[in-house]
Amino acid sequence: MRSAAVPYVIAGVFALCVPLLGIYPVFMMELLCFAMFACAYNLLLGFGGMLSFGHAAFFGSAAYATAWLATARGWGSVPAIAAGVAVSALVGLMVGILAIRRRGIYFAMITLAMAQLIYFVYLEAPFTGGENGLQAVPRGSLFGVLPLKSDVVMYYLVLAAFLLQFVFIQRVVHSPFGQVLKAIRENESRAVSLGYEVNRYRLLAFVLSATIAGLAGSLKALVLGFVTLSDVQQATSGEVILMTLLGGTGTFFGPVIGAAVVVTLQQYLSDIVGGWVTVIIGAVFIACVLAFRRGIIGELAALLRPRP
Amino acid sequence: MQLRTLTIGLATALVTMLGASAVSAASDDVVIGDIDDLSGTYADVAGTGAVEAIKMAIADFGGTVLGRKISILVADHQNKPDIGASKFREWADQNGLNVLFGGSNTGVNIAMSKVAAAKKIPFFALGPGGASLTNEDCTAYTVHYVYDTTALANGTATTIVQNGGKTWFYLTADYAFGTQLQTAASKVVEANGGKTVGAVRVPLAASDFSSFLLQAQGSGAQVLGLANAGEDFSNSLKAANEFGITKKMKPAALLAFITNIHSLGLETAQGLYLTTGFYWDLNDETRAFSKRYFAKTGKEPTMDQGGYYSATLTYLKAVKAVGTTDSDKVMAELKRTKINDMFAKGGYIRADGVMVHDMYVMQVKSPKESKYPWDYYKLLKVMKGEEAFGPITGLCPLAPK
Repeated sequence: MRSAAVPYVIAGVFALCVPLLGIYPVFMMELLCFAMFACAYNLLLGFGGMLSFGHAAFFGSAAYATAWLATARGWGSVPAIAAGVAVSALVGLMVGILAIRRRGIYFAMITLAMAQLIYFVYLEAPFTGGENGLQAVPRGSLFGVLPLKSDVVMYYLVLAAFLLQFVFIQRVVHSPFGQVLKAIRENESRAVSLGYEVNRYRLLAFVLSATIAGLAGSLKALVLGFVTLSDVQQATSGEVILMTLLGGTGTFFGPVIGAAVVVTLQQYLSDIVGGWVTVIIGAVFIACVLAFRRGIIGELAALLRPRP
Repeated sequence: MQLRTLTIGLATALVTMLGASAVSAASDDVVIGDIDDLSGTYADVAGTGAVEAIKMAIADFGGTVLGRKISILVADHQNKPDIGASKFREWADQNGLNVLFGGSNTGVNIAMSKVAAAKKIPFFALGPGGASLTNEDCTAYTVHYVYDTTALANGTATTIVQNGGKTWFYLTADYAFGTQLQTAASKVVEANGGKTVGAVRVPLAASDFSSFLLQAQGSGAQVLGLANAGEDFSNSLKAANEFGITKKMKPAALLAFITNIHSLGLETAQGLYLTTGFYWDLNDETRAFSKRYFAKTGKEPTMDQGGYYSATLTYLKAVKAVGTTDSDKVMAELKRTKINDMFAKGGYIRADGVMVHDMYVMQVKSPKESKYPWDYYKLLKVMKGEEAFGPITGLCPLAPK
């Protein structure tokens, strides 16, 4: 068991040293936020077996809530994040109650429709700034002590939040709740016959996923200091699916790697090829679906797993 | 277990490598950044031509300032405020950026101006129109250089109302620029005894204008105010022509660039009134610049591209004068010194950040009047800077009334 801890230690040491290595902290923070978002999505898809096409709605709702409270209402960063997370949980509950009544493609379509509806609310609502978004969101300070204006302090806050949700998801998956969730994913009829209230489990998984997605959105709003329609639009919902599938659904590290690959490609290719980034990432996705369906981590793990 | 460990270890190494590639060192160069729409609806207005204009200005300046090389960074914001702002922040943090030029799109420029204030980097808004950049959204580091919605409305809307276009219906681009232009124009129209009948908001880079144009037609207004720009302007005017709307309603080009007129053709565009901060065929100096520019790009420069050239020189002259790239000293010098070049005569940067200079009210020539290629405008009126940009509004906290 000791050797299993090694990669965690390596990853942990690397993550702690980021500011010392001269890596651009804002880039790493953005990466961590998307990794968090992908982990949340993976909880729903990988462990709950539910394919949502509208996760940006939760990510964006929390981002807008946090940004608006921090700018227009002058809230501190921690209460604003907490409120953002609460908003995304609420939105997740509302969408979830409707969506979990259906399965498969119908579930996906309901989430898509709801997300589009929510997108247009943010486009038209007066407090969101429409096409311009909300700008100059102050980072504030942590409990009035540590100023978050410094990228390094902010980085450790984001890292702490990331680790917290990472451990939380592991706990959830390994808990009796998580086991039932997996059972439902594998064979819903059997779970029903065993006496489980399947829809309640599904709803809770949906809300948990939306809540963690919200945490990612709220933090991203503070990290970058703005929220725009990009955060809530369909393309972002698609991106998180891509990150999760590319990294490997149903693995803990997969979504993190998937997010790292996609965010890095976007960041560095956009300078070179501009709008073609979308095409290239699309091609990567096709290659992933055709050649390695289990995703980077899933495929590597399968390759290296000792054969019986 | 060993093998799975290896897998995850490999993955960790991959992330490390990706992360490490994010490292880049700041150079000793004087770095000029340009963030603009290079591929979308506004790509012709500034775009790659503007980058060429910066290069020409750097070459004319001698390629170095204070003994340091002058280099350029360019990025495409794809009309998304988030991309523009994060690129700007990244350059400021990582690449030793000294000054940023903002291309088209007011929304993106508002987002970037906030970064300019946070990072204390001089920011020349060269492409956007929205006057909020020097009012509600003003910063100590923003210079709004080429034109703004106030000047456009004072030029074009006034001329049209005085020529009898009293009732207006607006076709407005649905973001900061469109709404600000519509507000500015309707204010001018109403001040001159005209009336706003209605307005419809059109998404940026719309492909189909028909339903919006039918609403305009149904309004019974005399003037169709096009509060949009770039390809959107060309496409909506073309569609209005095809629908026969321009026979009943007079189209008002609240913001048109010479590239729009070129792509529309004089047959469609003739008779339009428009306001511009620069015209290639204005005088010998502009013709000399435009000839060199044409040789490189095959097009005559728009007012934005002319502005890019001028802004580059203005910034470099200021750096040379104060002997440092220190943002606050450069900004003080910029606001102290008059701007005299082929773009502006006696221009000056006001406390709120507006570069006050003469604007020109033009009318597009008919095909008969046009004597040579790109001979498109006749000059109706030279608006003095103060008349065009109006008095300081007091909305910017840096510039009390």
